[in-house]
Amino acid sequence: MTMLSTPTEAGHMEKKNPRQIDRTGTPVLEAKGLVKTFGHVVGLAGVDLELYAGEVLAVIGDNGAGKSTLIQCLTGALVPDQGELRLDGRPVAFKRPQDAREAGIETVYQSLAVIPALDIATNLFLAREVRRRGPLGTVFRMLDKKGMRRRAETAVRELGVQTIQNMGQAVETLSGGQRQAVAVARAAAFGSRVVVLDEPTAALGVKESGQVLGTIERLRDAGLAVILISHNMPHVWQVADRIHVQRLGRGAGVLDPRMHTMPEGVTVMTGAATIDELAGVRADA
Amino acid sequence: MTAQTLTADAVLKRPTTPVQRLQRTLHAHPWISPAVVLVAAYVVFSLLNERFAQPGIQSLLIQQTAVVAALAIGQTLIILTAGIDLSVGAIAILAMMVSAKAAAENGLSGPAALALGLVVGAGAGLLNGVLVTRLSLPPFIVTLGTLSMFTALTLIYTRGTSIQGSVLPDLLNWTGNSFAVGEFRITVGVLLVLGLYAGVGYALSQTAWGQHVYAVGDDPEAARLSGVSARRVLLSVYVVAGVIYAVAAWVLIGRAGAASPNALSDANLASITAVVIGGTSLFGGRGTLIGTLLGALIVQSFTLGLGLARVDEHYRLLAVGALVILAVAADQWIRKARA
Repeated sequence: MTMLSTPTEAGHMEKKNPRQIDRTGTPVLEAKGLVKTFGHVVGLAGVDLELYAGEVLAVIGDNGAGKSTLIQCLTGALVPDQGELRLDGRPVAFKRPQDAREAGIETVYQSLAVIPALDIATNLFLAREVRRRGPLGTVFRMLDKKGMRRRAETAVRELGVQTIQNMGQAVETLSGGQRQAVAVARAAAFGSRVVVLDEPTAALGVKESGQVLGTIERLRDAGLAVILISHNMPHVWQVADRIHVQRLGRGAGVLDPRMHTMPEGVTVMTGAATIDELAGVRADA
Repeated sequence: MTAQTLTADAVLKRPTTPVQRLQRTLHAHPWISPAVVLVAAYVVFSLLNERFAQPGIQSLLIQQTAVVAALAIGQTLIILTAGIDLSVGAIAILAMMVSAKAAAENGLSGPAALALGLVVGAGAGLLNGVLVTRLSLPPFIVTLGTLSMFTALTLIYTRGTSIQGSVLPDLLNWTGNSFAVGEFRITVGVLLVLGLYAGVGYALSQTAWGQHVYAVGDDPEAARLSGVSARRVLLSVYVVAGVIYAVAAWVLIGRAGAASPNALSDANLASITAVVIGGTSLFGGRGTLIGTLLGALIVQSFTLGLGLARVDEHYRLLAVGALVILAVAADQWIRKARA
């Protein structure tokens, strides 16, 4: 799955193996009526979202539709003004990104959230550092730098990235794509329930994008729930099981990439038609 | 002609120029430039006056450097977080006078007076930290304000009078005790400052807290999203700096043989100078503690070396000023390096 298939014409992208996802049980992550305002600007005007284990839910929408605000509310980077968030059916309230991380939700932010001056291993383990065993670690709180570098190397290798050699290299010495790889490796290595990726392929070439999409499928196959925010429709249609369309701060419905085409997705995204209207057109035809 | 036929790949694989390699090396090891400057200063001043290298003069230089070098540790921590502390001297003097007065006039024992001084330092640092983190005020403004406030409090409390070392408990004077190491004379205060450097240097480079200090200074928002509590890190930095200033004040009592409310009036500029010459970036997130120690030694060796060479004091000021500008210019240039 590392090769990116680029559909040249609009149309159905038939999945080779339509996968069955159990959506009868409790969602891993569930949001109800999320509202977030910034002064007079409404970021989210009541959004519902359900995410199940083992699925990739894509979030698409025009600029300013509330995609980033939505995922920031899900990952503790923003605190919603109203609404309910449930993790495995239990209500949760994330006050900080740290809270969401501790609950098993990892995020690859669009800004990447890596520290340029620090090395790759330190970035991967930032705020969850591993200390040395014995009194060096417990009394003197000494970091296990070697161990963290070794584990960072494994995490980066698992992504299929060959160009990053030295885990002691400062992140600022890396290219844009390599930095993105570091951020994705961090989320993939630590995510235990949900991994959220905000535009993870925006800065990448064809090969690196393929690697990231492969990672998303690997995480899904491992039973994690993945949220993918992307402007890249072919990428979305390639990996998503369901597509949440965000429009003007509201959820405009959920598309099935096996049922709906990319142009139909764009139609809903821009508000030219609702999902029901699409269904109506189908029924007529 | 060949330049036009170069492919992008060839451009990338073009051998680096010596200047680029130098830039990258300095970027990876910011303490190298101050080390080179210090060695050069030692060579030049020894040539100008052979007495400069003598153990007696060198012992003096180290003792004279100790107090500013200690203050500069706290200043380094704060500058690493992209802040600045103008109240460094004011906090040290406030801690020193409270502890000296409590011992001399209220009969507090040495350990109790010392502990009180450390608590005052920590409290003053906490106030700076709270103003910076809770009210989100720029550190420059906060510490400009507390500089005046702490100075005023000290003068009100002491009515401007000094306390002689002879009326203070032995513990407070202990930092002035000296012993011979070969031909050199080292004081307890110097050892204490070196211990501080070792301890804080270890915390910065080997513990999670140290990595968080760098992270918050380099990119606070990325640090927050990575799960680092920027507020807590900043607060801890200001408190630790306050405690270090109080230790520096203790070293000063031993060095001066008295506790004077009018001392350290230019400590903020002196400590910032040491940090900047030591290669720490004023933009935060970059720098080493060893560089700061080298920076403090550079400033003091200029003072002593030019003095021994019978150069006017005003020229020393001129030289140190030029060095500061040079150091910041070098930092700007080094920061552009990409390996």
